[in-house]
Amino acid sequence: MNTFEILTFECETGNYHTFCPISCVAWLYQKIEDSFFLVIGTKTCGYFLQNALGVMIFAEPRYAMAELEEGDISAQLNDHEELKRLCLQIKKDRNPSVIVWIGTCTTEIIKMDLEGIAPKVETEIGIPIVVARANGLDYAFTQGEDTVLAAITHRCPEYKSWIDEEDGTKKEVLSVSSEQKRDETFESPNHPPLVLFGSVPSTVASQLNSELKRQSIRVSGWLPAQRYTELPSLGEEVYVCGVNPFLSRTATTLMRRRKCKLIGAPFPIGPDGTRAWIEKICSVFGIESQGLEERETLIWNNLKDYLDLLRGKSVFFMGDNLLEVSLARFLIRCGMIVYEIGIPYMDKRYQAAELSLLQDTCKKMHIPMPRIVEKPDNYNQIQRMRELQPDLAITGMAHANPLEARGINTKWSVEFTFAQIHGFTNAKDVLELVTRPLRRNNSLEHLGWTNLLQSAII
Amino acid sequence: MKLAYWMYAGPAHIGTLRVASSFKNVHAIMHAPLGDDYFNVMRSMLERERDFTPVTASIVDRHVLARGSQEKVIDNITRKDKEQRPDLIVLTPTCTSSILQEDLQNFVSRASISSDSEVILADVNHYRVNELQAADRTLEQIVRYFLNKARRQGVLDRSITDTPSANIIGIFTSGSHNQHDCRELKRLLQDLGIKVNQVIPEGGSVEHLQDLPKAWFNIVPYREVGLMTAKYLEREFGMPYISTTPMGIVDTAEFIRQMEKFVNSFLSKEKVNYESYINYQTQFVSQAAWFSRSIDCQNLTGKKVVVFGDATHAASITKILVREMGIHVGCAGTYCKHDAEWFNEQVQGFCDEALITEDHTEVADTIARIEPSAIFGTQMERHIGKRLEIPCGVISSPVHIQNFPLGYRPFLGYEGTNQIADLVYNSFTLGMEDHLLDIFGGHDTKEVITKSLSTETDLTWNPESQRELNKIPGFVRGKIKRNTEKFARQEGITTITVDVMYAAKEALST
Repeated sequence: MNTFEILTFECETGNYHTFCPISCVAWLYQKIEDSFFLVIGTKTCGYFLQNALGVMIFAEPRYAMAELEEGDISAQLNDHEELKRLCLQIKKDRNPSVIVWIGTCTTEIIKMDLEGIAPKVETEIGIPIVVARANGLDYAFTQGEDTVLAAITHRCPEYKSWIDEEDGTKKEVLSVSSEQKRDETFESPNHPPLVLFGSVPSTVASQLNSELKRQSIRVSGWLPAQRYTELPSLGEEVYVCGVNPFLSRTATTLMRRRKCKLIGAPFPIGPDGTRAWIEKICSVFGIESQGLEERETLIWNNLKDYLDLLRGKSVFFMGDNLLEVSLARFLIRCGMIVYEIGIPYMDKRYQAAELSLLQDTCKKMHIPMPRIVEKPDNYNQIQRMRELQPDLAITGMAHANPLEARGINTKWSVEFTFAQIHGFTNAKDVLELVTRPLRRNNSLEHLGWTNLLQSAII
Repeated sequence: MKLAYWMYAGPAHIGTLRVASSFKNVHAIMHAPLGDDYFNVMRSMLERERDFTPVTASIVDRHVLARGSQEKVIDNITRKDKEQRPDLIVLTPTCTSSILQEDLQNFVSRASISSDSEVILADVNHYRVNELQAADRTLEQIVRYFLNKARRQGVLDRSITDTPSANIIGIFTSGSHNQHDCRELKRLLQDLGIKVNQVIPEGGSVEHLQDLPKAWFNIVPYREVGLMTAKYLEREFGMPYISTTPMGIVDTAEFIRQMEKFVNSFLSKEKVNYESYINYQTQFVSQAAWFSRSIDCQNLTGKKVVVFGDATHAASITKILVREMGIHVGCAGTYCKHDAEWFNEQVQGFCDEALITEDHTEVADTIARIEPSAIFGTQMERHIGKRLEIPCGVISSPVHIQNFPLGYRPFLGYEGTNQIADLVYNSFTLGMEDHLLDIFGGHDTKEVITKSLSTETDLTWNPESQRELNKIPGFVRGKIKRNTEKFARQEGITTITVDVMYAAKEALST
């Protein structure tokens, strides 16, 4: 196995396992409380959602399939009429503030003009319709959120600010609902407006808000907000910063279409990432950050028990959710050795700051740079893993049980997308996940059951 | 277009993959976009599989859309052939890829020239058949392919085994309780001195399929998968088959009598008689006959239930409930629309109404209208039951992981009758228990004194932190509250704000 002094990027065959990007409806419908997600696809899409989302399906979800039938495929039925009929049904049953149409592989192949039909249906039924093409032909897993947020970006109101005539202070419009009620407009802080993008649970959003508040930075809004009717306003004066590594389309759309200024920072995952993220925002606003070093040190001290478990252990990321680089960087800082960072797609521009922090972290911790493998090939990866015998493989559920049977500890990667992993407060949650297989197997170790395969071949 | 939240049977390719991956050393390659290989997750999770699921995808991406798959599919087939040397590679289209109308058969022909493995294209229409129909079809396709191959090579031996023997057709991966049922069937056959020639597809080898005709007859335990194969074998080789499902005491006896008939039709002298075996098993091995007679079961007389599931399980359970336990089936239903005629015939006279639908809301409405004391259905009915506060026993796919038990839980044969009796009885008594608790005002310990450290005067939660606390799921809220208050006391804080909550989370190890 070669080691590298600089980061190397490789690209394999793309034969890897990941979730279909339509899975983003699972967390987005919960995040955006007044939304309804309509996935326009086949039985295959429906079956995936049903199985991937498990019990959530029974909680009266605000999402459904528009299941395409043979008549739709062969264009015997009129797409516009069919979609209008279903959306009227949804309006009647749920009355959402927005319906998000998720285009799938099938709508791509039969070239259903969702973007063209949506405005017509929108006028006819009086509910905004946002179209996102989150399909498996173009995207992997979390990139589904990226397509939805990029589409919603166009619906954000225009940012306005003005000087109040009575007291001479600067006022601004922050979201649609505050535009309707003028008394909700705010006095501007001493920095330009800042909008954060990326869907995180509301607890995590308020934690990150309060981290920035400690630095006297006010977050004007989040994309997405808790409700569609509370989308943040955007414009030339607005600065934006991402909290997740898979939002490159959203970032591009914010810059090119809404003229926002992007703050390129590492992502607030792990105490190191969080500190670098806050420092970068402060530096852009010309604010001197306060007490971050102490805060980071305190968090690291509280993580001591976990770090003792992780130090010197090796990890292999098979790659499926685009959080890999940030997690690898955090784990290297925790003292782990990363053999390989598999990742579905690498946007070197959007992730530039994160990649450079990764490189610095490797140097600081005196460990070789990991190889970054874009579009990995799972079969080849398993061969490499057989050679390397990592202490931990971070992988999808398709490979987890077979690897465990071969004596390789695994952590299911999807948990990182659903757990709270952002900010100082949640650093412990990440390590709780990472160390769980190690802790579990520590307690089983003396039983001598590591290899549970009759023919011990990978 | 159809507005759909939930489906009982999956898409066609799932059926094909379930059959292909049940055979030993068979690899399936899906012609599918990224993310469609979700089958691997399900198999690895539900069946807790130790081996890598032998399914890979030949990814359909934007380039394929623009230029066609070209050499990609062929390369993937030959690559898999070199890597794992499977006996058979099944190229599986998906609903997405089938719209592309690429000539997959051509890829298969070209790939089979350069690979040692046999290569076939799964022949199913993704818009017309569901998971179960596709599984049935694929199994027949594979069996036919290998028998034809043996015939071409002149190695097809048409002689039958010396002693009575049977093939069990239709046991396969991700089937509800299939593994346990298979073990129970083998035990039953062993008791009767009938050899199991082959079990397909689970654990079977395609190289041995040519020996299928050596068996005296075929057994198709589940109606959904295996009938096509059995009919094909009957047509080609004159092999008789039994399609009675040995579920419940009456049908198990009927199943054994049919075997007796087939065995005797081949024997010239020393005919077998299984009657005494049936009697002994019914009265003393199975507890179900005794259970029906006991006062426990007497209390169930005339109780109303709703049954819903696949055709095999729903029909069998309906008959067991009515015939063997004296329970009143208000409605029996199935989602196997393609088999409606058979189902109606089976349950006729056993239930007030039959329901054939794939729409779970229709099932829910029926249950709400009938107000049964128990439901026997799939995972979906279990959830409907939860909402309506009616107990539910799970009898049929689709099922979750808890219905892939590690312990021995067959539905078929004599041990199966015991399991079913437990399932039925437990569903009812639990419902009764809840009901009685309600009548008598619930558990007397309802107002437990919490282990909370809070005392009213000591600490105050401000409105924001109170709201934040309420966002935390109920089952951990108490713990987080206590931890936060403990932290606040240590720090000498009297008012708990959101920031104090976060600080407590950062400071305390759980």
